[in-house]
Amino acid sequence: MTKIKIETRNLSFFYGNHQSLFQNNLKIEANKITAIIGPSGCGKSTHLRVYNRIFELYRGQRAEGEVLIDGKNIFDEDVDLLELRRKVGMIFQKPTPFPMTVFNNIAYPLRLHFQLSKSEIEDRVEEALKNASIWDDVKDKLHQSGQALSGGQQQRLCIARAIAVEPEILLMDEPTSAIDPVVTFQIEETVQKLKDRFTIVIVTHNMQQAARLSDNTAFFFRGEIVEFGKTETIFTNPAKKKTEEYITGRFS
Amino acid sequence: MKEENNGNSLKPENRQNILPHQNIFHHQKPLKKKPIFWRKLKAGMMETLSLVVLAVTLGGMGWILASLLQEGASVISWSFLTEPSKPYGVPNGGIGNALVGTLLITLTAAVITVPVAVAGGIYLAEFGKGTRLANAIRFCANVMMGIPSIVVGLFIYAVYVIPTGHFSGFAGSLALGVIMLPLIMRTTEDMLLLVPDTQREAALALGMTRMRATLAIICRCARGGLATGILMALARVSGETAPLLFTALWSNTWCDRFFTAPTANIPVLMTEYTTNSPFQELHAAGWGAALVIMACILVLNVTVKVLCKTN
Repeated sequence: MTKIKIETRNLSFFYGNHQSLFQNNLKIEANKITAIIGPSGCGKSTHLRVYNRIFELYRGQRAEGEVLIDGKNIFDEDVDLLELRRKVGMIFQKPTPFPMTVFNNIAYPLRLHFQLSKSEIEDRVEEALKNASIWDDVKDKLHQSGQALSGGQQQRLCIARAIAVEPEILLMDEPTSAIDPVVTFQIEETVQKLKDRFTIVIVTHNMQQAARLSDNTAFFFRGEIVEFGKTETIFTNPAKKKTEEYITGRFS
Repeated sequence: MKEENNGNSLKPENRQNILPHQNIFHHQKPLKKKPIFWRKLKAGMMETLSLVVLAVTLGGMGWILASLLQEGASVISWSFLTEPSKPYGVPNGGIGNALVGTLLITLTAAVITVPVAVAGGIYLAEFGKGTRLANAIRFCANVMMGIPSIVVGLFIYAVYVIPTGHFSGFAGSLALGVIMLPLIMRTTEDMLLLVPDTQREAALALGMTRMRATLAIICRCARGGLATGILMALARVSGETAPLLFTALWSNTWCDRFFTAPTANIPVLMTEYTTNSPFQELHAAGWGAALVIMACILVLNVTVKVLCKTN
């Protein structure tokens, strides 16, 4: 019996008066990769963006229901938002390096959270870059702008930045949709490696990616979770007709 | 029922009805071609027109610069730039005190206004975005931008010069500051809004506070634009005359009593020399001063351009 890291209970989501998630119930296992698939606008990203409460940046967006991380509801009054977001890292569709050097991109958030000496910071930056499989590419450009890197390197820099603050969960919102196939493959390998240390939830448009990467898959349609289970089962022997139709490309 | 919300005209159940050889646009009549010649002619005419307008604009600027150079270049010398101005009738006056005065007045205005205006812009773009208060502030700023500068001068005259009992350079700074405030506030807001939300999300998702994300990440993303806005506002007010007539006024001394006495400055010196004085020599000095301030503003603008390029 594997440990449940994230559990959503009756999660609904509203953009103003428009409801876009309906009573989502999902159990995400620790140290597994969970893929969320579904057609455009079905609420995949919306669902993911509840886990670190990043949607709260926007007026008029609101969630109802419960999201339990290690059994603790993230909407409880006593949850510290900054600590929650440190624990739940996020990678976005477009790479988002900050306008600072490669080194500082990682060191800056690191310094905010931890009391570290200069050499400790250097060690951790190096370690994060190595874990994101980008150290060899950037070790000579640590003091150049992070925004001058190529798209794939930027995305891996963002992964390094996210894992440097020692999160427990990594949320990935279509992390390779803006990146070419070769680099996509490299990033997928990186993500596989990270599975041992983190619980990973990845939203993807790319069904092959979901099949290749994930242990479990949730299929979303119109804000509802149609089917959730082992990736193998979902892709080879789905229980619901809708899932089968989507997976075989009958609609998208 | 649910299928109808899809908004997709090629729904899966319809798709199989379309066979590859069928033209899905069969209901349309054959298209009639528009003559290409007319389209090209129209495009060519618009292009010529925009070139003419460009030439007129650039020509106007060139003309201004040329006449400034023609009338003012002859008086420019080291002593003209460094000597203080002299009373009417006394020869060999310069514009040194007025240059220093303008610099002091403008920079003091900037020191007072920039923090307030940038903070206001940050509020409008980040913290108060969409709130009624922010909308009200933005509306007021827009109205303020439309206030004639002479009215701002009168306002400071009424609320500062009269109560304190004396004209002063500092009063001039206050007037220029009031003019700069909405300019910088709005450009700050606009520049921050240009930073994509993904940067905000990325910063917050790492566990930064909203304030930290704004100051360390968002402002840094927009730093070129922020600097441009500030320098443009400085360039704009450094040539303002009307507000200074009621506040800083004019003096032939160096600016040693900036807070308590009338203070020399370039715009009012120009007004005095070119309109109020009967002396040919002073007319030329006025042109020289105009040339100098024009050159300063040009340098400031080029600095802005370079700053934008490097960012």
